[in-house]
Amino acid sequence: MTDPTHDTLEIAGRKLRSRLILGTGGFTNHDLLARALEASGTELCTVALRRVDPAARGSILDVLDAAGVQVLPNTAGCFTARDAIVTAQLAREAFQTEWIKLEVIGDERTLLPDAVELVAAAEALVDDGFTVLPYTTDDPVLARRLEDVGCAAVMPLGSPIGSGMGICNPYNIALVIEQARVPVILDAGVGTASDAAQAMELGCDAVLCASAISRAHDPVAMARAIRLAVDAGVLARGAGRIPRRRYAQASTPEEGVPVFGGAG
Amino acid sequence: MTLLVTVNGALRELAAGATVASIVDELTGDRRGRGVAVALGGEVVPRGAWSSTSLSDGAEIEVVQAVQGG
Repeated sequence: MTDPTHDTLEIAGRKLRSRLILGTGGFTNHDLLARALEASGTELCTVALRRVDPAARGSILDVLDAAGVQVLPNTAGCFTARDAIVTAQLAREAFQTEWIKLEVIGDERTLLPDAVELVAAAEALVDDGFTVLPYTTDDPVLARRLEDVGCAAVMPLGSPIGSGMGICNPYNIALVIEQARVPVILDAGVGTASDAAQAMELGCDAVLCASAISRAHDPVAMARAIRLAVDAGVLARGAGRIPRRRYAQASTPEEGVPVFGGAG
Repeated sequence: MTLLVTVNGALRELAAGATVASIVDELTGDRRGRGVAVALGGEVVPRGAWSSTSLSDGAEIEVVQAVQGG
């Protein structure tokens, strides 16, 4: 009997044993990040690029190297395909990786992706040799478009970044999964462990979490909780849940119930 | 002779002959440009070309580094 939690996740030929990808944003210091990394069991972490701060001490790369995790640079903060493409090229230079978590944002308040710019950027980056993992809405048609231009995975949101609202439209996420020929990674919206379990129960291949862990009261404990939830979700998915039904179905036999006289 | 160059959005006066490498050294110090990348006029300058890429008057350069995010 094989344990489904031991199956490897494969993205663009790279094998990962952990199905939890950690976003590094929001941790108040590098020590806390290091302890959360260990508790999460992750093997892949997002990082961003920003203008150099001459006063900065130590690099986040030292923390990630010490933890033995791989780097997934993002294009957070980009609002156009052009900006996202240049940022991805800078990331390739800075981190010596072709992998890019592509974010092209279309609205400042919700940080929802701009579908038109996203597809344009994805296509250009795939042509430029990148392994593109796009942060996208939960629109199954958009997910298919991203796959069609050569993205290595699709990363639909459960709800807006940092909102902690969980998976607002599980029906759409299920449709994305049903049709996908590349891994589906739930990205954004996870608020607590049960959201991560739900993502895996729906059939996602992995979950990406940042704020849910980094902004929790105890980030290290939440990292462990979400790690366990991902495993629980994988097991439950493999186990095959019972169908939902409108009324009760007795779990105790209905025959042979004794009848007691004398009442009334 | 000096050059006026925009470095990360701020106007800077640099000595003639300044290169991408000299700016990176100044900004990143003992980190030696680890996790750093450079765009000059919106085009990425590969690490191997930093010391041979001179800055001209009016150049716009962005020097970025790894930070927590995502």
